[in-house]
Parts: sequence; C-alpha cells; structure tokens
Amino acid sequence: MISENEIKKVVEQVLMELGGAIKVEKGLSMDSNTDVKGCGEEEDGLPDITTIDLKKQVLVPNPEDLAGLLRMKESTPARLGVWRAGPRYKTETLLRFRADHAAAMDAVFTDVSEEFVARNDMFAVKTMCGSKDEFLTRPDLGRMFDEENMAILKEKCVKNPQVEIYVSDGLSSTAVEANAEDTLQTIIQGLKGYGIKVGTPFFVKYGRVGAMDAVSEGLGAEITCVLLGERPGLVTAESMSAYIAYKATVGMPEARRTVVSNIHSGGTPAVEAGAHIADIIKIMLEKKASGLDLKL
Amino acid sequence: MKLKTTLFGIAYPFQDVKEVLAKANEEKSGDIFLGIGAKTVSERIAAKAVLSQLTLEDLRQNPVIPYEEDEVTRVIDDMVNESIYKEIKGWTLGYFREYILDHNTTGEMIKRVSKALTSEMVAGVAKLMSNMDLVYGASKIRIIGKCNYEIGKAGTLSFRLQPNHPADDVDGITASILEGLSYGCGDAVIGINPVEDTVENTKRLLNSIYDIMGKWNIPTQNCVLSHITTQMQAVREGAPACMFFQSIAGTEDANKAFGVNKELLDEAFELIKHRGAAPGPNLMYFETGQGSEMSINTDHGVDEMTLEARTYGFGKRYMPFMVNNVSGFIGPETLYDGRQVIRANLEDHFMGKLTGLPMGMAPCYTNHTNIDQNDQENATMLLAMAGANYYMGVPVGDDIMLSYQDTSFHDDATLRELLHLKPAEEFFQWLINRGVLDQKGKLTAKAGDASIFLK
Repeated sequence: MISENEIKKVVEQVLMELGGAIKVEKGLSMDSNTDVKGCGEEEDGLPDITTIDLKKQVLVPNPEDLAGLLRMKESTPARLGVWRAGPRYKTETLLRFRADHAAAMDAVFTDVSEEFVARNDMFAVKTMCGSKDEFLTRPDLGRMFDEENMAILKEKCVKNPQVEIYVSDGLSSTAVEANAEDTLQTIIQGLKGYGIKVGTPFFVKYGRVGAMDAVSEGLGAEITCVLLGERPGLVTAESMSAYIAYKATVGMPEARRTVVSNIHSGGTPAVEAGAHIADIIKIMLEKKASGLDLKL
Repeated sequence: MKLKTTLFGIAYPFQDVKEVLAKANEEKSGDIFLGIGAKTVSERIAAKAVLSQLTLEDLRQNPVIPYEEDEVTRVIDDMVNESIYKEIKGWTLGYFREYILDHNTTGEMIKRVSKALTSEMVAGVAKLMSNMDLVYGASKIRIIGKCNYEIGKAGTLSFRLQPNHPADDVDGITASILEGLSYGCGDAVIGINPVEDTVENTKRLLNSIYDIMGKWNIPTQNCVLSHITTQMQAVREGAPACMFFQSIAGTEDANKAFGVNKELLDEAFELIKHRGAAPGPNLMYFETGQGSEMSINTDHGVDEMTLEARTYGFGKRYMPFMVNNVSGFIGPETLYDGRQVIRANLEDHFMGKLTGLPMGMAPCYTNHTNIDQNDQENATMLLAMAGANYYMGVPVGDDIMLSYQDTSFHDDATLRELLHLKPAEEFFQWLINRGVLDQKGKLTAKAGDASIFLK
C-alpha cells in the first residue's frame, strides 16, 4: 500500500493539473456551473457542457479516496465517479450523455450540405435509396445506382482513371464535413507528386461501402477509393474511413478492400490520413492488389 | 389445416405455415427487407387469425426448415417429450394462448408443457399475444440457474457487470468493476467482451476477474466473451472460467458462420463440466438477438422472430446459466425504431421463458437507429415487470468498447428499488457487509463511491 504522504502528493498534483477544477464541498458535489476551466464560457450564454473533460471530473461528494478514484478514472474512458440523485443520474451526467448521443444521431440523420459538394467542385449522384430511412433499412440499395445516376457518372467523369476518389455520406455526415475536404486534397496532392493521375471527384448520397464496386465497374477505374462517414459512437461522431480496392467488382469478397479507419481529430488527423492513403494507393498500383492480397 | 381466411369480405390465402408465421409477425424492418412481411395491416391480422386455428401438431409437422436439412430443427425436435406432446398436440394456438394466460395455469404447469414444444409453436403463440399478454404470460415462469450461485429466484433481480475497455486494460477494467459493485451490480456474472480474441488474452482476463473475486471475496462468477474455441483452449491451459460464452442463432448455416455447431457445443459443455471453476449444473452463457441470421444471409426466408425462437430451442440443449437477448444491437435493417425493439424485447423474453431458459435482457440501441434513451428505459421497465432474470450493467450505459448503449448501474439499482427486488442471496449479504445496500436492499449513503473498495 502507498503511504498517506504519497496519496496527499498525488491529490495535490492532480488538483494542480486541474487548475482547481475539482472542489469537493461538504455534502454536495462540485458545482458544475462554476470553476470549470476551459469550458468555453460565452458572454451571452451558458458554458458548453461538452467541453468538460469527463476523465477528470469526479461528482462523488465525499469519496473515501479521491486520489484513488481519480487514478481509476485515468485508466479508462468509462463514465465513472458520476454519483447519483437517488438511484438516478445527476442532471449534469444525464445532459452530457444525451448531448453525446444527440451528436451521434444528428451525424447519422443529417445530410451532407450542398455547400460541401459545391465547395469541393463536385457534382452529386445518389444510390437507389430514396430517403434516409430507406438508406438505413436497405443496405442492399445503398450499394447500387439506377441507370440515370450511372449515366451521370459516366458522362461527367474521366473514363478508365488510374485512381478514382469520391466522397460518400455513409453513416456520418458530420465525419464527412469535418475531414473529407482535407483528406481528399492531401491524397490528390500526394498522388500528383508520384505522377499518378486522379479521375473526377464526386459525391454519392446514401452510399454504403459496396457502392464503390459499382463505381469501379461503371468508370473502369484501376483503383477506387471512397471517403465515407462511419457509424458514430458516443466518444466521437466525426470518424471517417477510406476504403480502397484494386479493380473492385460487384460481389467481390470484402477481404479485397484495404481500410484506413479512425480518421478524425482525436484519431488520425485528416491531412496525415490523406498522405498515408496516397502512399497505399501508390503501392497498390505497383503490386496490382488490395486488401488481404496486399502486404503493406 | 386451413391456410386461408376472410376479413371484411376479402380473402387472404397463404401458401404454407412458414408464410403464415412470417405474416403474423408484428411489423419488423428485417421482415420487410426480406420481402416476407405482411403487405397490409389487414393481411397481418388475417395471418394471425389463420395461425390461431392451427394446432400444435400442424406446427411440429411443418418446421420452417425441414428436419433433414437443418441441425437446429433436429436438435429441437429430438428434445420433444413425446408423452406430454400427445396430451397437447390437438390444441390450437388460440387455445394455447388462453391456457398460458388462464388464472388456473401456474408457472409449473407451463414448464411441464414446455417440454413438448418446438420453437415454431413458441413463436406462433407469441405472435398471437399483445405486449401486455407477453409481459403477463412471462411473469408466471421463473427459470432458475445455478453456476457458482443461483440467480433467477422470485423476488430477485441480478446483473452482469460489463466492465469493457477499448484496450483490455486490467486497471481500467478493475475500475469499472469496482464502480459497478458500488451500485450493487455483478451477481449474475462479471463478464468482459475482449477486444483481442486470443487464448493468451482470454487467460489473462479470466485470471484477472478471478483474482478480483478472490481479493474482495465476491460471491459471483466470471466469464470472458471471446469465441468459445478460444475459451476452451484457455481452460485447457488452466485458466479459471466459471462458464462458457457463445453467440448462437436459429439456423445451422448461421451457427456455421458463428463458427459453432452441435458437436462443438457438446464438446464445450463436457469440458466446462469437468474443467470449469464452478460446480454448475448450469455452465453455459448464450447471446442471441432477432435479425442475426438475415444480417449474414442465413435466414432461409424465415422471419426473424421465428428464428429467434429456434435459437432458444437450440440453446436449451445445454441447460444454460444465462441467455442474454440483445435484439437492438444490429441496427435499423432488422429492427427499425423504439417501437419495434420494445416489441422484439418482450417477444424474446417471453419466448425464452416459455422454452425454459433463464432469460436476461439487454434492451440496447446503436447510434444509427431511430431509438433513444427513453425508448430503452421503457423496454427495461416493461421487461422487469415481465420478470427478466438479469440485465447488463454498463457505466452510464455507454459501452466504450462495443460503441452502443445498454442498461446502466443506475438503471439496475432503480429497477430493484421500483419493484422491491433484491440481489441473489449470497451477493446481497456481501453487499450489506460492504455497506453498499441496507437490509431492505436500498442503496446506502456510501453507494456509488467506488473508492470504498480501495481501503
């Protein structure tokens, strides 16, 4: 066991690191409306509750061992030390949970903006899904295009590109808006540096990963890469992935895709991911393979 | 066997029992996706009317996948008690529904009949029931399981402590365990879904939980939810496991995709009986959920509810300690919204209990489904009235490894308080001694402070 002195030291250190953010008062938990630094307080409104670092927040009023509790919280992103109102959550805990879930739901149920498409000089097509509901309940339709949309793709895109890169909403519009632009530009620049030609970028609404196979066949692309929003978690709604395949065909095994996942500010940042993806594409072209067939 | 009826002068003919079962289902996005659900509300009710007049014998003789073609069908049919079956085979499903609900029918009487049921009968009668029927019917049936300790007794409600961690970090896992214990959670099992499905990691985690159980003398059982073949090897190499976990499904093909079959599960059951850390006799833990078969194209055109009933029929062979239903985990292509998930949860709990299984429930939701916390809490309260054996306990309901939301330590404590239920006996005494609960089973002033265990 550690000595009392050591515990004291740990507590002091933690409190210092927190800038006095934890103030344990008699019979009450810390007052969440005050003393929380970095809370982004606006002059005309309440502070943003989503900026509070949950890992450093203890709501248990008089814990037997505060330092121990903080050490426990440091070891996991789980929402611990949240205390309770009767057997239920404190209001602050409930609101933060609902806010994190709201961000996740909004990422799924909101469309990528037209501004995003225009800003990136793209045009938009859609899969066979007629609505967000249909997109969520019919994964099969999210992998297919009707004749009209396929005709638009064929008309507006360079034929038989070496590399076709496009963007699709997938399950998070937030992820696309936050990352796709930077990732896309970095990939294009990277490939340019290698002397590799890139086809016409575009946007696919209501797209599942498998839509890239139809794109690949329709345009005759050697390599197809889609930047797509992933299903949001409560930790982040901004996670995007890149799925890349060499000569993708409809019905091919999933194992033929190479995936770069976890692209967001808390994971692999967009620009860094873009550079990495450009390197992968270069190797794919050399080895003429992707997925499990490709040893990176 | 009549497969046709008329409603308001319009005829509704059906081709076979399989179609009647599918169309009698309440609306589910999974059935619509497969193109097998009722096309109109009237057609749905017509199918229920036809179903109500079919006999138990009609259903036994028309399994949704033939006996010769599917191992699950064979396992279920081979377990039928023929003497009891002879007594009841002439019952219509409409009568069977009323028999279950009748004041003169006790839980023990239902459990006797249960020995003669096939899963098509179980699904069929549930399809005739409204939500309150499902709650009332299930509330009669108590199924007790014993691993190290007993759970599922009348007057008790238990919880699986689910201390998952995105890197399988033992300190982080321990932290979540202590937090859960401080709310009275963990009497069903302390079970981890590992990130890394390897023998070494499974051994490490089994040992870690076992050490925690020893250090604080916690009267419960442990489990690491890697693939059953991984757990089997870990146990062969000496790791302490109280039970084996596995996801199972309602068709042979789906089980194959999960990497299991009857032969393998038989072998696992023998192994845990002889090499496990608990006396049993209930030593298996199964996870199930509507829609798993269709999500991997192994549904044979059968509706997801009937396949779920078949999953229970298959699981019954192994006298499990816990069966955990996670309908809601897959997503909106199987269950579209809160209404569909709540309905599925109530069906599953009832069907599991009618099959004779110790059902626990995980009313849960993913973030790409039109379900929110309120829907989930509704399902949880209804299932508690129905008598679910146990729920999950996840810190603030946010599973940071599997990225979905499930019931929380707070929900668990609230349910016990609302319905005056207590933990499993030995665990209850332990919580009293640790100062987490009072003699009446209520949280003490210290409950919720995990650091009380650090002394």
